[in-house]
Amino acid sequence: MRRQPFEAIVAGHGPTVLRVCRAVLGPVDAEDAWSETFLAALKAYPELPDDANVEAWLVTIAHRKAIDVTRAGARRAVPIAEIPERPSAQRTDGRDLDLSAALAALPRRQREAVAYHYLAGLPYQEVAAVIGGTADAARRSAADGVANLRKRYPSTAVQKGTTR
Amino acid sequence: MTSDDPEVMDLLGAYPDATEAELRRLHDRLADHADAQSLLDVAYRTLDTPVGTLLLAATETGLVRVAYATQGHDKVLATLAAEISPRILHAPKRLDAAARELDEYFAGVRRGFDLPLDFSLSRGFRRLVLDHLADIAYGHTASYAAVAAAAGNPRAVRAAATACATNPLPVVVPCHRVVRSDGSVGGYVGGPAAKQTLLRLEAA
Repeated sequence: MRRQPFEAIVAGHGPTVLRVCRAVLGPVDAEDAWSETFLAALKAYPELPDDANVEAWLVTIAHRKAIDVTRAGARRAVPIAEIPERPSAQRTDGRDLDLSAALAALPRRQREAVAYHYLAGLPYQEVAAVIGGTADAARRSAADGVANLRKRYPSTAVQKGTTR
Repeated sequence: MTSDDPEVMDLLGAYPDATEAELRRLHDRLADHADAQSLLDVAYRTLDTPVGTLLLAATETGLVRVAYATQGHDKVLATLAAEISPRILHAPKRLDAAARELDEYFAGVRRGFDLPLDFSLSRGFRRLVLDHLADIAYGHTASYAAVAAAAGNPRAVRAAATACATNPLPVVVPCHRVVRSDGSVGGYVGGPAAKQTLLRLEAA
């Protein structure tokens, strides 16, 4: 198949990559990671193998950029005793705020496994290729992450209004 | 989002989607950064005109493609991806001058274009023909035979017609000023109605 214009890649995968970046990094750093991801992807795009899974490729780049953004943030940060919960900027829906905070409170690996499997839709084999380890380990991280989210954010069963 | 577990879907379904405005802002920032780092091989935009919505595309060299809606803008972009580079983004800034000059042309206040052009989609005799089209002045017409002769091969009338029919830069490179020897308008990349609109505009 001939290579699509990169515009179609941004339009097709931009929303998912932003959700993944937000879940892993929180809303503020997510935009920097998104921008760095698509700039790096644009650069490498002509050399992407024809049979590549574009979504997995983008998530792999986003994963690396998220680590870069976290490191840069750690260098900039003023030392504080306890990491505060990240506020979800511009969101007024308390439910979303709670979910963002619950995601932010997960151990990083669980957060990544949940984001890459459930938000990006990658199978565990692909998730493992991105975060390292085996597919079974990735599955366990995602399951632990979901269990932890349920504990911190237990109210979904009674709020069917926002289910899709 | 995909899941085999509806309860997980219920849990994560509350995770907010990005808004259109957020995605547009991020897209525009990406286009700016890509341009600044010379990663934007082809920038494009559309422009509404009296002959329909035109697609305008430019490389770093200059305007490389003008396409009518009837040619299928998605198809044209796919061809640009194959023939020039897939590093293509909707990035109107690079087309600001081209859009302004075309607006002025369609308003009847501009008679020639002063834009850097990239002819990399045309080769050989077709390219020679396009070079000579600029010699046909605003408001004038020439026959396919005359264009073939000007390009150095008076017998290549059919090839001259093909060059006009495959002109990657219609309107700006005025293939609409080439008509049949019998005086009829002849074919056109944008269809005969668009050709007549342009000729009437220039005759006014």
